[in-house]
Amino acid sequence: MTEINGPEGPEQPAGNTPDEAAVGPRRVVGTPPPAQARALLVRPEDEEKAPDRELPSEPDDLVLAKKAEKLVASLFILAMLAGFGFIAAYIGLEVHSLDAVLRSNLALGLSMAVAFLALGAGAVIWVRHLMPEVELTEARKPLRSSPEDKAAFKETFTEGADASQFVKRPILRRTLIAATVPVAVAPIVLLRDMGPLPGTSLRHTAWRKGTRLVQAVTGVPVLATDFVTPGGILTVVPEGTLSDDEELAKSTVLLIKLRPEQLEKPTVMNWTVNGTVAYSKICTHLGCPAALYEQTTHHILCPCHQSTFDAARGAAVIFGPAARPLPQLPITTDSEGYLVAQSDFHEPVGPSFWERG
Amino acid sequence: MSIERGLEGVGTWLDDRFHGAKGLRTFFRKIFPDHWTFLLGEIALYSFVILLLTGTFLTFFFQPSMTSVTYHGSYVPLHGVRMSEAYASTLNISFDVRGGLLMRQIHHWAADLFMAAIFAHMLRIFFTGAYRKPREVNWLIGIVLLTLGLLEGLFGYSLPDDLLSGAGLRILEGVLQSIPVVGTYLAYFLFGGPFPGHDIVPRLYILHVLLIPGLILALVTAHLFIMFHQKHTQMPGPGRTDRNVVGAPMYPYFMAKTGAFFFFIFGFLALASTFAQINPIWLYGPYTPTAMSAGSQPDFYMGMLEGALRVMVPWEWNVAGHTFSFNVFLPALVPLGAIFTAAAFWPFIEQWITGDRREHHVNDRPRNAPTRTALGIAVVTFYGILWAEGANDILADHFAVPLYLTTRIAQVTMFVGPVVAYILTKRICLGLQRKDAHLLEHGVETGIIRQLPNGEYIEETRPVSEEKRAALVFRSKPPGLPSSGEEDENGVPAPEMRGALGKVRARLYNIVTESVELEPSHGNGHGDGHGNGHGADHAPAAVTSGEPTGTGSGTGEGDQHGS
Amino acid sequence: MRWITARRRHPAAGYAVVLLMLVALGGGYAFLTGSGAAAAPVSGPSSATIAKGADLFARNCATCHGLDAQGTSVAPSLIGVGAAAVDFQVSTGRMPAKQNDAENARKPLAPDFAGEDGPANIRAVADYIQSLAGGPPIPTPAQVSTEGADVGRGQELFIENCAACHNFVGAGGALTYGKYAPALNQSTPAEIYEAMLTGPEAMPNFSDSTLTPQSKRDIIAYVTQKSSENNPGGFSLGRIGPVTEGLVAFLGILFAVILSAMWIVAKQHGKTTR
Repeated sequence: MTEINGPEGPEQPAGNTPDEAAVGPRRVVGTPPPAQARALLVRPEDEEKAPDRELPSEPDDLVLAKKAEKLVASLFILAMLAGFGFIAAYIGLEVHSLDAVLRSNLALGLSMAVAFLALGAGAVIWVRHLMPEVELTEARKPLRSSPEDKAAFKETFTEGADASQFVKRPILRRTLIAATVPVAVAPIVLLRDMGPLPGTSLRHTAWRKGTRLVQAVTGVPVLATDFVTPGGILTVVPEGTLSDDEELAKSTVLLIKLRPEQLEKPTVMNWTVNGTVAYSKICTHLGCPAALYEQTTHHILCPCHQSTFDAARGAAVIFGPAARPLPQLPITTDSEGYLVAQSDFHEPVGPSFWERG
Repeated sequence: MSIERGLEGVGTWLDDRFHGAKGLRTFFRKIFPDHWTFLLGEIALYSFVILLLTGTFLTFFFQPSMTSVTYHGSYVPLHGVRMSEAYASTLNISFDVRGGLLMRQIHHWAADLFMAAIFAHMLRIFFTGAYRKPREVNWLIGIVLLTLGLLEGLFGYSLPDDLLSGAGLRILEGVLQSIPVVGTYLAYFLFGGPFPGHDIVPRLYILHVLLIPGLILALVTAHLFIMFHQKHTQMPGPGRTDRNVVGAPMYPYFMAKTGAFFFFIFGFLALASTFAQINPIWLYGPYTPTAMSAGSQPDFYMGMLEGALRVMVPWEWNVAGHTFSFNVFLPALVPLGAIFTAAAFWPFIEQWITGDRREHHVNDRPRNAPTRTALGIAVVTFYGILWAEGANDILADHFAVPLYLTTRIAQVTMFVGPVVAYILTKRICLGLQRKDAHLLEHGVETGIIRQLPNGEYIEETRPVSEEKRAALVFRSKPPGLPSSGEEDENGVPAPEMRGALGKVRARLYNIVTESVELEPSHGNGHGDGHGNGHGADHAPAAVTSGEPTGTGSGTGEGDQHGS
Repeated sequence: MRWITARRRHPAAGYAVVLLMLVALGGGYAFLTGSGAAAAPVSGPSSATIAKGADLFARNCATCHGLDAQGTSVAPSLIGVGAAAVDFQVSTGRMPAKQNDAENARKPLAPDFAGEDGPANIRAVADYIQSLAGGPPIPTPAQVSTEGADVGRGQELFIENCAACHNFVGAGGALTYGKYAPALNQSTPAEIYEAMLTGPEAMPNFSDSTLTPQSKRDIIAYVTQKSSENNPGGFSLGRIGPVTEGLVAFLGILFAVILSAMWIVAKQHGKTTR
């Protein structure tokens, strides 16, 4: 192939004097080796001869190379030892306890790191000091095809298109496309049973009239007389849902004790019990449990995106991306004094959705 | 000698069947240019390989099931706690499988490194203009790989079903749910019903270990093949043009270097996995939808989305029984979506503005494309502010900044910051270009002071070295556009410059090609005796925007170039 | 004056000014706040303890909390807070507060409450406050003992009730307006119990009738176990999650790998210029 010249003309390696040739000049692939370039007269026939070597066989500094060889060899031996160390650590060190895992991880990880880093370092020193440094040039062919190739392709393509009758017979073409449409759509249709339709399930929770509020984790119901200290907070869930994660993701409630005089509108007073108010714990922004509560400011803070709700004022949003207050759960006490719900929430809990209204 | 004979034997056997001699020789002689920034993509590549290796190990032990179990394994503090099998099997890998914790940590660190390397690599490609023709398709493949990487990481760290990643899934569900019209359906279909359900972990598992890695593998192969076929770009330097590649051959040089790099990457990942604990799921505890931890963040590559959600104002519309949750789907879709879309279109937009349809194989120095660099830094600033906002509660706690103030600051700086960054960066680039021009003109200061016979002190300078000069001088100046109002001899204005769009194009052209021009071939090794008396004679190299003949309007006098 | 102004451009002038101001500030502060009082006698019968407590209260607390602990504009009333609250606040050094911050952090104990007589003095003030109007008493050692506690249950309870402010292992977290939930690694079992019981500052309270003493002990067992638990995967990076992990990934691993890349492609010695 012919060498394509750059816009500046043929490649002229700058400064290719005899002195510079000795230290490894830039050479174009295919040009004569240094020995011939040192000749006072560069004879034309030299340039047509095939090159003896493209890559020199020895590095320039042989003394340094010898030292480097020793260093590389010792690094490789270190890598080998570390590799054996890894295997020994695996066989010899048990796990099954925090301390044992710490030891095992340390031994395995360190031996692996030493092995790989020593290998890598050895390889780099090898390349830099044991391989002769070269800088070669390769020409880039233009990426576009030659006009002849393009013409030939066009000919083959059109001949084939003609022979296939695809262009000349529109009915064939159109029916083929029509046939493939349902096949293309079918995989999407097959996904339908991946889940049930949401229906109205996002609008309701497990809270019903008379459902007892029980503490999360322990499942113990809450006596109104047990929850009297202002500034107190509890996470409660509907009785019977302690291991129902899908229900918990909707029904978890924050029970907060304020002094009755602290509660203001729009908190619905009929839904409170002597300063005890219940709000959905599921943040109306994206559904994280809004679990952070500051007693002094009576603010509920969701740790995810810092939506803040005022527990004394109907969990109104006072900061952050949430657009709606936390729904309030109507609560009262039953005949035995336990806190129970009066009904389900009066609006859907959790993040907004299209059909929410 | 017997090794040679053996190799020859094997080689002949293969060649008889696969016709390889010529192709393999071309492959071996392929030239690879050398610059450390060219290795950033390799970091991503080898991290991916390490992810595949460690990931395969993990699949032998992980149970992708959300069935509830009570734990009684080796991690005593969680005895008696109810958790999913996925979480329990992750505890098992960490505490009951030798090397399990190490493999888990290497896998997670490699994922972080994979994404970090992709960002670094993408920025390098952008700032050096390596996305220009003929590499636009590779750029697009890269953006797709970045997106796939984001998803792969998100799905991967959600598999153990711990408190932190479960919260992330809850947020994902909330975002899906908020999408108008189809949101609730998408959420229910993905999760197999109401959140959390029992299907999400097994579904994410198959996406994480089969589908997405398959796609990534295919696209990375295409990415590498294209790069191979088009040959790698090279940095400006002596002898380097758009028509050649200068460097060392694949065999043995590049093979050795790239092999060494693989071991370095693996070695540093192993080192990190020995001394830096990552994703300690036993400390987070199993996921429960009723509780949440302070300082909950996703992995860093999702941080920008998290910040976008935190910075948003509470905007929601309720219209005719339907809710538009702008406060959710706007931050989830717009900032990152805009960046990716702009990135995808940028090579073509730049081509349209500059009219430059030539092949480019020599990289731009970022300073020589001031507008592109400034735009890139502006986008990075925008991304960075939202990224920092994603950690705002941690920052508030550790730097004693009131929590709400961090969000207010982000809300303002996300708009002001990029503008300031653009202006500053552009000015810095132009200043650096002037510095380069000065260097070429006056040479490098040697620090040697001489006193002239007339008593004047001068500092000796030497000309810039050949290599550096080649790098300084190289410019990929775009061809000029026909001027907007210009008409040809028949009174017809240039078609592509007509109308309002043409005027916009002309103005954008001037902005995009604004650059400091070099004095025409002055600085040719006129080293010593230059002195400081020069300053008044030379106007500083002029800033021009690419008029078609643009060689700068610097004053031609002041030619006191000695020797 | 001339002597000073003539040397205003002396190289050491700036340092001298800073030193002077530091001395002035420090000396002034020490002068104004005064030093601690002499040690009170060892506590005797209850009424004497209460009297001593009242005396200590007057010296250390009344300025902000009022002579009768009724509260003022800068500090809340302490009537009914109970001995537990006093014990918590004073034995962690939070009280007496030195300034009116958003958050009163754990700090070295005031002189009256440090040293040998410190615990007795704290007890005395606590008894005094308890005598005013009752409130939660200081828990006994048996009440805060974690023997036989269920750490697993403690984990579940802690995550449910505490992690949202204090983080999943108690590493602390931000609250609003400059407040924060502190890290728990220095907290003693008694302090943890008292904090849950009394809800100091912004922290809500958890009475024994809802979060039972056994649940509290489980939580204490979890917190103390986590504080002493090792990190098998290496350094903990703060136990605050992916933020520090991301920093390490960029500034540690990527940085190290890039340095090795620079080494790999570096030219050999003496071959930089052509």
